[in-house]
Amino acid sequence: MADINKRNKALSVSPLKASQTIGAALAFLGFRRAIPMLHGSQGCTAFGKVFFVRHFREPIPLQTTAMDQVSSVMGSEDNVVTGLKTLCSKSRPALIGVPTTALAETQGADVNMAVKQFRRSCPEFDDVAVVALSAPDFSGSLEIGFANATKAVIEALVPVAAEAGTQPGRRRRQVNVLVNASLTPGDIEELKDLIEMFGLRPLIVPDLSDSLDGHLTDADFSPLTIGGTPVEELRSAGDALATLVIGRSMGGAADALHARTGVPDHRIDHLMGLHAGDQLIAVLHALSGEPVPEKIERQRAQLQDVMLDTHFMLGMARIAIAAEADLMHAFVDLLNGMGAETVAAVAPSNTALLKDVGCAAVKIGDLEDLEQLARANAAELLIGNSHAVDTARRLGVPMIRAGFPQYDHLGGYQRTWIGYRGTRQTVFEMANLLLELEKGEIKPYHSVLAQKPEYRQEENHVSAAASSRSRQQH
Amino acid sequence: MKQKDIAALLDEPACSHNKKSKSGCARPKPGASAGGCAFDGAQIALLPIADVAHIVHGPIACAGSSWDNRGTRSSGPTLYRIGMTTDLTEQDVIMGRSEKRLFLSIKQAVEDHAPAAVFVYNTCVPALIGDDIEAVCKAASSRWDVPVVPVDAAGFYGTKNLGNRIAGETMVKYVCGTREPDALPSGAVADGVTVHDIALIGEYNIAGELWHVLPLLDELGLRVLCTLSGDARYREVQTMHRSQVNMMVCSKAMINVARKLQEAFDTPWFEGSFYGVQDVSQALRDIARLIDDADLSARTERLIAREEARIDIQLQPWRERLQGKKVLLYTGGVKSWSIISALQDLGMQVVATGTKKSTEEDKARIRELMGEDARMIEDGNPRALLDIVRDNGVDILIAGGRNMYTALKARVPFLDINQEREFGYAGYQGMVELARQLTLTVESPVWSAVRAAAPWRGAPAADASSLSKAG
Repeated sequence: MADINKRNKALSVSPLKASQTIGAALAFLGFRRAIPMLHGSQGCTAFGKVFFVRHFREPIPLQTTAMDQVSSVMGSEDNVVTGLKTLCSKSRPALIGVPTTALAETQGADVNMAVKQFRRSCPEFDDVAVVALSAPDFSGSLEIGFANATKAVIEALVPVAAEAGTQPGRRRRQVNVLVNASLTPGDIEELKDLIEMFGLRPLIVPDLSDSLDGHLTDADFSPLTIGGTPVEELRSAGDALATLVIGRSMGGAADALHARTGVPDHRIDHLMGLHAGDQLIAVLHALSGEPVPEKIERQRAQLQDVMLDTHFMLGMARIAIAAEADLMHAFVDLLNGMGAETVAAVAPSNTALLKDVGCAAVKIGDLEDLEQLARANAAELLIGNSHAVDTARRLGVPMIRAGFPQYDHLGGYQRTWIGYRGTRQTVFEMANLLLELEKGEIKPYHSVLAQKPEYRQEENHVSAAASSRSRQQH
Repeated sequence: MKQKDIAALLDEPACSHNKKSKSGCARPKPGASAGGCAFDGAQIALLPIADVAHIVHGPIACAGSSWDNRGTRSSGPTLYRIGMTTDLTEQDVIMGRSEKRLFLSIKQAVEDHAPAAVFVYNTCVPALIGDDIEAVCKAASSRWDVPVVPVDAAGFYGTKNLGNRIAGETMVKYVCGTREPDALPSGAVADGVTVHDIALIGEYNIAGELWHVLPLLDELGLRVLCTLSGDARYREVQTMHRSQVNMMVCSKAMINVARKLQEAFDTPWFEGSFYGVQDVSQALRDIARLIDDADLSARTERLIAREEARIDIQLQPWRERLQGKKVLLYTGGVKSWSIISALQDLGMQVVATGTKKSTEEDKARIRELMGEDARMIEDGNPRALLDIVRDNGVDILIAGGRNMYTALKARVPFLDINQEREFGYAGYQGMVELARQLTLTVESPVWSAVRAAAPWRGAPAADASSLSKAG
């Protein structure tokens, strides 16, 4: 149980938060032939685009309703309709996501009404799914926007069982998987592999591992996502054997899916660490009725071995972390399992999960808060996004990049943190960074009596420098 | 090195193992031997001399597999950290070019690194093909006017322990007594305090742990002329013969050095340890006693009282967490009894201890500490150690790094006490680090995680149930 210390200062310095709008856009990017169109000013989208381009090092399809001065004052519904028409006629996407921004929300835009208006006026684009949601950046953060957008997609595109005639378990091998924003494309690939090893067929929602995993395609340009969850597949979600839900933030989306389809779900907070891996494998084992593959047993034993090898470094290690709730929860669980201590934890926004995070306190705040907490509590290793690199430098501690955005390193989006294998790499990396700290190092002691001439040379050097300084002053 | 020289080294009158034929320096048994060779022992004993170029004369494996072993620390030069080897090739061996290569290697080391001295370590291949490294060293020394010391300890000469002795012997033969100590720096000690010179033999400054002790010695006006060999300089080793008392730190490996210095210079010596509160105090008292300076003794007692009180407060929170925990101690070179008292200081219970390298006096001391029925382990093979762990509900195994993975694979908490370790445990302050490291592993949550069975399995994993606390 963590105490939640809420924001208590006016200025956010070195912010940690990425907006809810961006999070919603990210979720839409996990669907095939999709494009998010942020309902806001051009800047909302331009910044978001740069944010994702630098993180994924991919072209990112992202559009804007381009609210200007007039529409901001007089009403912006027309912008939404026009924007949807333009996107449909230009590239006919399978899905257009329309998250609002704080600008649109403040104005009081009714984005759902605008979508209805578009539907009425343009029946020729009925095959294009449009999912709008309220995602203002003045509340929540990336994780929440991602979850809410996924929920909105489910509510719009997964049919209610009674109407569509879907039946849980009709597809005996299909498992729906709702993944939260903290899972990288690399994580999702790993998760898919694990599920497939039990002879099951995962339907990942949303599937960033298929759209933003960084792969070359034959086409030289696409205005839409080049992969992701196929929108039409969502109709089959109701026939699945079960739904796997990863991350507390996806609870709302999971509730929606369950309410519509009746497919039983299994909810796991995260997939980092031995225990979390066990939870996942146990569920897959139970669902499939298949024995746990030897390969997985081996990976588990490998992780256990590494836990032993690294607990010398990680035990009592003092960690500072800045992350969204789901990611923080995963890391803190993993660290606790290794005997490390989370001495500074900062999350960008409050969620119900944070009070369950396994450290003494979580601060809702920014990287300045993290820096102060980490310094006050003598943190030895920092976990955070690329913005925290300077924080770590000022603190003089090594860091691990995790979360959004990671712009100063390559491959962050592809890193696999989860499962036995991913955890093993994480633990190795942390242990190595801690080793490099040479914590056992004892400060060299220079005996005044020693017959070591270099000691006296140093003294002479220091006094010579001092006297030359004093000469300059005179 | 001639067979009779080796035999002379093996006959160590100051060593109590000498009285019994089979213990201590026994010959390695093919197929059932662990531990290093003479080259290993010699190199490890001298490598910490920081301003020396250490050249390993042999094919790559000797240096290639052993250099940059980072246990020991220097407060100044880092030349010792640079691995140097003649890296002999097949052609060198066939064509007899290895001496020439060594000669040029010394030249290169001298020209590139300006070392205080060059040590040349012989290895099996040049020893076998008959390289005269002593002659090469002599020629190189006069050619470039730098001391070049041959350390003739080829691996096949014998054990690591023998290598330690060869190293010590080499220092006495070639280095000690070649220079007089520096004059004392003015104003270095308080008025009225007489500075006494001492030397520490067999102290390697592992993880810099000597730096926990040196400030105390400084405070007492004890000048460490030389440590053999932790954080030492060549010029310090040269003056070791002027020491007024030599302390053999924790290991008999270089006992021949203490004995020879006593024979030649009448320097008294004693065996002591800087591990554990009681032992540190005892070592300081022994130094004062042998120097026989009433003022020093009085100041030593005051310092001991102050330090013991200070460290007692620091240890208290750890003691509460370690109280009653059971330890199996299986140390190699480090004396078992010195660690036993350190562990008992922490409220831990030592259920058994290794005595393979202990002398009869050591064993008597162990009985004194652990009681008459103290369990002593002569044969420390991994299986036997694990059986003792299981049968006695041991909480932690303390041993050398070699046994570390044995323990970990058996899911037994472990503390490394060998020279490769990263943490210094010497001195009063070192005890706090020891307590912290013990607590870290004993209380780690990983043990329950690796002992628990996978949830999809009914029965617990192989060794888990037998090693759990209930078992």
